[in-house]
Amino acid sequence: MNYNLNHIKELESESIFILREVASQFENPVIMFSGGKDSILIVHLAYKAFFPARIPFPLLHIDTGHNFPETLAYRDSLVEKLGAKLIVGSVQDAINKRMVVEEKGVNASRNGLQTAVLLESLENGKYDAALGGARRDEEKARAKERFFSHRDEFGQWDPKNQRPELWNLFNGKHHMGEHFRVFPISNWTELDVWQYLAAEKVDLPSLYFSHERDVIEREGILLADCDYIEKKPGERVFKETVRCRTIGDMTCTGVWKSTASTVEEIIEEVATTRMTERGGRTDDKRSETSMEDRKKKGYF
Amino acid sequence: MSQDTNSELLRFTTAGSVDDGKSTLIGRLLYDSKSIYQDQYEQIKAASEKRGEDINLALLTDGLKSEREQGITIDVAYRYFATPKRKFIIADTPGHIQYTRNMVTGASSANVALVLIDARKGVVEQTKRHAIIASLLQIPHIVVCINKMDLVDYDEAVYNKIQDDFEKFAAKLDVVDVHFIPISALLGDNVVNRSDKTPWFDGSTLMHYLENVHIASDHNFIDVRFPVQFVIRPYKEEYHDYRGYAGRIAGGIIKKGDDVMLLPSGFTSKVATIQGPSGEQVEAYPSESVTVLLEDDLDLSRGDMIVRVNNSPEITQDLEVMLVWFDGDKPLLVNGKYGLMHTTQNIRCVVKEIRYKLDINSLHREQEDLNIGMNDVARIVLRTTKPVFVDPYRKNRITGSMILIDEATNSTVGACMVI
Repeated sequence: MNYNLNHIKELESESIFILREVASQFENPVIMFSGGKDSILIVHLAYKAFFPARIPFPLLHIDTGHNFPETLAYRDSLVEKLGAKLIVGSVQDAINKRMVVEEKGVNASRNGLQTAVLLESLENGKYDAALGGARRDEEKARAKERFFSHRDEFGQWDPKNQRPELWNLFNGKHHMGEHFRVFPISNWTELDVWQYLAAEKVDLPSLYFSHERDVIEREGILLADCDYIEKKPGERVFKETVRCRTIGDMTCTGVWKSTASTVEEIIEEVATTRMTERGGRTDDKRSETSMEDRKKKGYF
Repeated sequence: MSQDTNSELLRFTTAGSVDDGKSTLIGRLLYDSKSIYQDQYEQIKAASEKRGEDINLALLTDGLKSEREQGITIDVAYRYFATPKRKFIIADTPGHIQYTRNMVTGASSANVALVLIDARKGVVEQTKRHAIIASLLQIPHIVVCINKMDLVDYDEAVYNKIQDDFEKFAAKLDVVDVHFIPISALLGDNVVNRSDKTPWFDGSTLMHYLENVHIASDHNFIDVRFPVQFVIRPYKEEYHDYRGYAGRIAGGIIKKGDDVMLLPSGFTSKVATIQGPSGEQVEAYPSESVTVLLEDDLDLSRGDMIVRVNNSPEITQDLEVMLVWFDGDKPLLVNGKYGLMHTTQNIRCVVKEIRYKLDINSLHREQEDLNIGMNDVARIVLRTTKPVFVDPYRKNRITGSMILIDEATNSTVGACMVI
């Protein structure tokens, strides 16, 4: 008899442990739900962690107003299936209220505006823990992130002063007004996520599978054509067979040329690719430390 | 990259400074296992050029702005790579004494400690410190890489001398499984591919070692320990009397039908059902997250523990522990009160006594100067507000470990291992 978990079961077990720890240590946790595969995985693991009880966390979606229509359709059907509560923080509302100011120009994106809306939503809901699907293999600043990541009363991350995490012991103690970001799938890689979603036969948004779409090319990255992107002179729209490797808002999420139309084909593609999945994210390319800079201010 | 979902997970820790070639070694493992992506490679190439350097693989692990500015690793960085046999998680930690807490953090969950020695320098203070921490944290396997063999002409005598020195020192430690490998991280000798420059070496390459070292016995499979983490009550019609005890197995193998004892009450019952992530299962073993249902209607809550009848951990309020102190602002206070987390218990304790301070470079037990500051290691006596269910750390890394929390700042200020 072999009493050793394979790596996917080990990761699953670790993530479930974290989710249960959050339910135990915090008064009012919430899942930050983007509609991407990583947040779908969090919801799926939470379903398992508390079965047969309901997931004890509502879902919070920060809606930039620039979503892929497919993302919203998927979100709404998942919420209905789970009987979960959905809270939407709207970037458009924040712009209307002049809480934030829209960026201008051809590379304008609402990505950065999400931070203020997220922090306001967390404050309004008095959430003391926000669960997210960030993974350490995604990006170099995220590689330094804890499972339980402390945020001060301004929502700021202080990477040089993080709590050490040893063994199975996660210290979630906090003062009034502070909160934690919790990342249950910290140790999963993109390939692990796909292998697990495949094995579990989890329904996924159609965006992840190859489809024909109108696109434009900008600085080597293909972007889905939509009304939210101001085109530069000379940029033309053409049809391409593509899929998303990550799902963010339409202005900054690159799509990839791909013919992978099943989960198995995606696994094959991910296993052999030479580019990281965030390689198509223009929000990460603004500077060498753009993720770290955004995270310090309270980004996902 | 691994496409096999049936491979094991191995966690290893590395410690060392840039000079040891640690980053080069990690870069080599990632590169040779094709785990560095092209855009990552281009990113570090651009960043290196900006600094006027050739490709600097250290930039792969040093992710934070201040780390790049200062050219040092401050925090634990986690790296991932896979081969067809195993998936690996590297906890890459800085080696300097002021970052002991990060080394300890990385070591706490590692199966293997990778200790790097510069062949030109031999066993130095930092090597000893890494070995002592590996021993203190009971990392089951140590692999000593004697690096930069190319700079000593692949001389077997140099290698043997370092191995002897290390073994003499390690004899004083509590380590069981130590391996030695002569490598050149820069040139790739004996890292992934066997070197033809070390014909006198008949051991395995580093990658072969990492892929094959036996880790299936790293957990305690004998003594059943199931700390109750969360109680699942569905409040649904069809699950009217459902009361599931959710948690992660900390030791032993629990089987359906087993006679179990509940702590602290001492009541006994039988395991009715074990619910795993994919449905019911007949048994569960260490590191699995499951939900256990008992035959009798008993009221357990978070912090309680399910064990086998006749195999109980020690139930006590008085503890002798080895402590690593993390707090840079305040020293450990005798008679000081701290928050204490142990398994799923969240209680308080008072420091009764400091027995001695351990010099982690020499193993000397200091009994005069008992001022315990950041990164100091000490043997201390604690008294807890409630009984805890503990095993010696040597017997079980989960039920034998705890952290101390500053009650004013909520920071994690100490790590303790039960003696």
